[in-house]
Amino acid sequence: MEASAAPPRSRDTSPKAWPAGGLTRVPYRVFQKDETYEREQARIFQGPLWHYLCMEIEIPAGGDFRTTKVGETPVVVSRDYDGEIYAFENRCAHRGALICLDTHGKGRKDFSCVYHAWTYDTKGNLIGVAFKDGVKGKGGMPETFRMQDHNPRKLRVASVNGLVFGSFSEEVPPIEEYLGEEILTRIDRVLGRRKPVVIGRYTQVLPNNWKLYMENVKDSYHASILHLFFTTFELNRLSQKGAIIVDASGGHHVSYSAIDREAAKSEEYAKQQLRSESEYKLADPSLLQGFDEYDDGVTLQILSVFPTFVLQQIQNAIAVRQIVPRAVESTDLNWTYIGFADDTPEQRLVRLKQANLVGPAGYISMEDGCVGGFVQRGIAGAEDEEAVLEMGGALAESSESRVTEASVRGFWKAYRAHMGL
Amino acid sequence: MDAFRLIVQAQSDYIRCIDDDRLEEWPDHFHGPCKYIVTSAANYREGLEAGLIFANSRGMLQDRVSALREANIYERQSYRHILGQPAILSQQGAEVRTETPFIVARILQDGDTDLFATGRYLDLYRLEDDKAKLEERIVVCDSSRIDTLLALPL
Repeated sequence: MEASAAPPRSRDTSPKAWPAGGLTRVPYRVFQKDETYEREQARIFQGPLWHYLCMEIEIPAGGDFRTTKVGETPVVVSRDYDGEIYAFENRCAHRGALICLDTHGKGRKDFSCVYHAWTYDTKGNLIGVAFKDGVKGKGGMPETFRMQDHNPRKLRVASVNGLVFGSFSEEVPPIEEYLGEEILTRIDRVLGRRKPVVIGRYTQVLPNNWKLYMENVKDSYHASILHLFFTTFELNRLSQKGAIIVDASGGHHVSYSAIDREAAKSEEYAKQQLRSESEYKLADPSLLQGFDEYDDGVTLQILSVFPTFVLQQIQNAIAVRQIVPRAVESTDLNWTYIGFADDTPEQRLVRLKQANLVGPAGYISMEDGCVGGFVQRGIAGAEDEEAVLEMGGALAESSESRVTEASVRGFWKAYRAHMGL
Repeated sequence: MDAFRLIVQAQSDYIRCIDDDRLEEWPDHFHGPCKYIVTSAANYREGLEAGLIFANSRGMLQDRVSALREANIYERQSYRHILGQPAILSQQGAEVRTETPFIVARILQDGDTDLFATGRYLDLYRLEDDKAKLEERIVVCDSSRIDTLLALPL
């Protein structure tokens, strides 16, 4: 056989240049390409960022554990008998099998790989190798083998108000610095001073790239357009004021709305003058008869931490959402619904009712499960086309208007910085 | 008629109502406390109370239907429920508790048909006027993973 005369074309692995237009343009190929996905796994999910792992209350005692994922990488989060939380790759240092097959459990003394019984303590240290010294003087590991040289990779771990974050990177800044004061304050607002309890867990399997969901979370522009529940049943209140906060990195955001007490008075007045136009009313309005648990009139606060964490307060429906990419066009959205240990039975019932607003069957969040898929299908074959993000200007800054895509631009600002794009 | 036959009749009426897209009639299949919860086996086992759907009044069931009809955005779709035989767990006076396995296929507008959910109905019926009246239905899905969204009731 004759070798080809033409020299082999060197494969260009460097990513294509980002289109002009600063933060206002996003090329659709970033939602479609294996190369992008692989680069994200290295630079974002294994990079110098913090990733949500679980809540402290889910592993309250020594020997308690949960398994989760950071990007595609399986991770064990474990509370050791010293009381501290540790996290390590769920990958046996021997031949790579999962160390732990269970989603969660209690009272573990150690983790033993089923394949060859290599055993790890609850900090992720290798402490036993089956037949290490051979049998009757034959076989076994060489003299030079040192167990301490063979551990699954360990994550740095940090907690904020009972939320456990981990990072594979030694370069990641301290979590307080990573989040910044504005974000820390608003996490503390929701979770501080009380003991949270998990009241439900669901996974919504999204038919789209993970970034399409994160864009959606940060997109305060779509809220009253896509989600018609509040509008249809005339539950929107003109007397709401809101704003968005985008942190300096662009990657974290808070969107909130609160009752404007002055406007509320005039709305009450208007109500007496005007009959409602809507033909739709809730047959059981107790769904929205909640309680002001934060004593600040804020009825909605959506907070995201770059890259894949969301803390939600929609009235009294509190939840954390963890976004886990499974493939280029498939994403797991893990919902953990939260109550508090000191909830009265009446307050807990309010949370159960308001859980109808969120999750895979949520009146105001079911659409978020399908709209990313509509984009994913819509952009097929359009890898060189671009999304337009000009609502509210070109910057990624905090804004008193929520009719803006500023926090979506913020996502891309942080994303491009980490990805080197 | 005996309890078993009354319950089978009630259950087949219920699934035909949903599968035939007569959702407006769906709340009428509930009586008394009208308790309807969709949860997962893992949540149910661990005693985690929050459901995918939670209703404890006829009004909440009606609101679910009006939201689906008037407010929520989702691709046109339908279900095909297949039920197993109800197992009668207990009978005390007019109150009967049953467990019934189900599978639900979801058919999207482009014709894609997928196995959407499997699980069991944990039901409480009151036998009255020669009818089995559903007072409580806890839909325990075997999996906690829901593809895309759960719009129509199970």
